This record gives sequence, structure tokens and C-alpha cells, in this order.
Amino acid sequence: MNNGVNSGTPTARADWQGYLRADGRKGIRNHVLVIYTVECASHVAQQIAAGESGVQVIGFPGCYDNAYAIRLMLALARHPNVGAVLAVGLGCEYTQPERIAAAAAASGRPAKWFFIQEKGGTRSSIETGKRLVGELRAEAETAAVRVPMSWSDLTVGAECGGSDATSGLAGNPVVGAFFNLLVDAGGRAVFEETVEMIGLRDVLVTRAANEGAQKQVIEAYDKAVRYCESVHQYSVSPGNFAGGITTIEEKSMGAFAKGGDRPIQGVVRVSQQIPSAGLWLLDSVPDEHFMQFGYTNPNDTEGIVDLISVGAQLVLFVTGRGSVIGSPIAPLLKVTGNSRTFERMSEDMDFNAGRLLNGESTVASAAQELMDLVARVAAGAPTNAESLGHCEYFIMYKHQNTPSLDAGCHA
Amino acid sequence: MARCLRIHPADNVATMLQDVKAQRVEVLGAAAGAAIELREAIALGHKVALTEIAANEPVLKYGVTIGIASKDIARGEWVHLQNCRSRVDVRSQSLDPRSGAPADNPYE
Repeated sequence: MNNGVNSGTPTARADWQGYLRADGRKGIRNHVLVIYTVECASHVAQQIAAGESGVQVIGFPGCYDNAYAIRLMLALARHPNVGAVLAVGLGCEYTQPERIAAAAAASGRPAKWFFIQEKGGTRSSIETGKRLVGELRAEAETAAVRVPMSWSDLTVGAECGGSDATSGLAGNPVVGAFFNLLVDAGGRAVFEETVEMIGLRDVLVTRAANEGAQKQVIEAYDKAVRYCESVHQYSVSPGNFAGGITTIEEKSMGAFAKGGDRPIQGVVRVSQQIPSAGLWLLDSVPDEHFMQFGYTNPNDTEGIVDLISVGAQLVLFVTGRGSVIGSPIAPLLKVTGNSRTFERMSEDMDFNAGRLLNGESTVASAAQELMDLVARVAAGAPTNAESLGHCEYFIMYKHQNTPSLDAGCHA
Repeated sequence: MARCLRIHPADNVATMLQDVKAQRVEVLGAAAGAAIELREAIALGHKVALTEIAANEPVLKYGVTIGIASKDIARGEWVHLQNCRSRVDVRSQSLDPRSGAPADNPYE
């Protein structure tokens, strides 16, 4: 989907330098990632990263392990924006930090690990961790191969949360128009929230690129419906209603706009790497198994981490009512369609798409401006969430049938 | 004049582009040039009925059915939880129409 028809002049220049990884992918950041393998190790992990530049933390709280969570941590450890990995365990949990470090090392990244119980306790573990992080950062900087990047090297995710009616009128349509520009320039775009496509089965069918994609999209949609019925919760919140959204069907139409209007190439699951250029749908809904679906998708942060897990180097977050969150690994760029929210929360919002609602801008020109901003962030300019130190993450127990992590050719 | 947006020609509601008191409002978008007299104050992002919508008739936005009128709705009336229901999400009918706050879980 790079035929250039109707795409006009391509867009903002992509002239930034990225970090080339051994798998051929390119990152826009070079983070050291600290990963804890049980909640008992989380304080030590956070203290290791505290005050260190370019060091971020993720982790899994459970003592009993979970295949989905392990896949997710490995996908994040091998993310293009990650240059090195330190895995920290307490010492008696199921999830194995040694194997996380080994997987990261096998991907060409400097990686180390240790158990807190073997280092003597909190202070000595933090000291050990800070020393290791310093070594890893130096190695990651030395190993970094800087290469020019183009739009075709970029995967961008889109999520929406704290939605109001402006999200469907301005915020999501502008992100959708930017997705069109990105896809036409050879890039990869991914959006999710199939639970916010309830009511749109017919629309989804017409958007699939081919028969295979159509089958995947319908399966994901039908599962989302069964899931919402099963957990007795549709993806619509008190803030959405207060903001003027009356039904999940209305919210779905507004949310779907962030996917733009290019064909959907297929469906990926959490931690599965997007195989080729174009627009992709991420299915983060649990699969049915012996414990049923589990519980409802908990929050915006989980969706954003899922988008990062499929390879997004940058995520756009559309929020009409406003939000302050950020994300680890991939910069989070916050877009609002509500000018009042943009003014009230200017320290957190990065982009105001609401100007098109009072005639100051159009969808097309706002999408170009957003593309310029994405290029600047890709080149290293921090988003507001990055400047403020936001690194929220959420890795939960969940069941998804094991996907092949390399999705292969879906054409 | 205050403004609201009708997204699709088939729509029987329009969305407020600012907080508006009960007054005459210009309709932008599909069928631009029309105006609608609001029967009550309607907040930014909330919807006004552009036509009469009888109970059990579809409420149309983006050109698709976003809900079903749960009672007769007059032209110019605020369309929200108090008079429009989802075809799938039953719980939303029990929420406070202004705040959206739930009342069905006990806090005891």
C-alpha cells in the first residue's frame, strides 16, 4: 500500500538518525530497560532506575508465571527502542530473570540479571543494580549503530482514552488522517481496542485488505462481542457519558476513526511483531480458556503497552477529557480534540486537534502538523510525558493462545 | 451564533461545538445553513435532536445507528442516557445522565 495515489506530496521529511538493531529494526530511543520478575522485586528495580537517565522499568507482579506476560516482557526487552536489559528477581518466583536476560542477549543486546536474595538485600541490590545499569548503558552507547531512518522504518500505535465527543470529531480523525499519510509513505500503523468496535462489524468487513485479513478481523470482532457479554462490561466509562457519548455504538464510531481509511492488512496479537507495511489491527482481548475470559481490560496503560509490544516505536494517545500518563520504551504523544482540555492541561498535552472544531484548522493540515511533530519526537525531542518522567506500565495475567512471534507473511 | 455539527446527511442528531444555553444554534456539516432551536441548555460534545424521534426509532450519528430512542424525543431536545439506549450495553441505562456515575454497585 505505497502506490502514492491521492497521497499528494509526502509529508514531513524523515531525516532523523535511529539505532540499528541486530534484527534489522531501528529504534528512536536507546533505553536501558530494568525488568523485575515479581512484585517483591519492584521497589529495588524502581530504585535502581531512580535518578538514572535513559533507564526505565517494567515488571510483572505475579509470583506464579503466565505465558502471556512472559511473551510481553520478552517483546519489550527486544523492542527496537531498547539498547540493553537488566532483569531483577527476588529469587523464589516462577518467572526467570536469567532467561529474560538470555533472550535479550541472544537478540544482540547487552544484558545482565541477578537475584536480590543472593545480593544480601535492598541496599546491596540497589548498589549492584546501579553499577550494572551504568555498565549496560556504556555498552549500549558503544554498541549503538546510528543510521538514517525513513517513515518506512517507523511503526506508530494509536490508542484513545478519557474520550469525549471531541475525540470522535477531531482527535481521532486527525490521527486517522496521519495514519493515512504514514501508510502511504510506507510505514506501519497499528490500532487496537476491538472492544470499541462493537456495532461496526459491517464497516470492519469492508476495510479488510483481502480475504485472509477479513477472516481475522471478523474473528477478532466476534470474540470482542462474546467477551463484553461475558464480563458484563462494555468499554465506556462515566467520563465518556459526562462528555456527551451516549452509547458504546457511538463511542465505537468515534474510536474507529483513529484507524484512518486505508485497508486493514490483518490482525496481530499482543507481542506478535507486525510483519509488513500498512495498517494493522491489534487484538488484545483475552482468548476463551478454562478460566473464561478473565477480567475486563483494565486501563489505557495496558493498551498502550500492548501497542509497544508489537513494535510501535511511538504511540499517539487521543484523550478528549485529558490524561497525564506516559509509557516506558516508546514515547507517548498526547493528542486532544478538545481545545479547553488542551488549555487546561497544557503541561501534559502535546497536540491540539481541537482547532479544527472552531475553524482554525482542517483535518488535512492538522494531520500534516502532527506528522511534523512525530518526526521531531522520532529525532529525539521529548514528549511532555517523557519530560515529566511518566513511565506507566501494566502487565497482567491474561490468556491468549500462543501466537507465532514472527507473524510471517500475511499477504 | 453558537454552532453544532451534523456529521452525516442521514443523522438525526448534531453535536454541540461549545456549551450552549437554550437558544438558536447554527448547524454545520451535512445540511449546513440550517439552524435549530434548543429546548434546553446542552453542553459541548452532547447531542441535540434535529428532528422528532419517536420511541423505539433509531438515533443516527456518523450515518449509523448509535442507539434507540427510549421515549419520544422532540426536535431541539438534548439526546442522551435519559432518552436513548444502547442496543447492547444494558448497564449504561442505570447511570446518572449528567455525570455518568454508576449507582448499581453498593458502597457498604
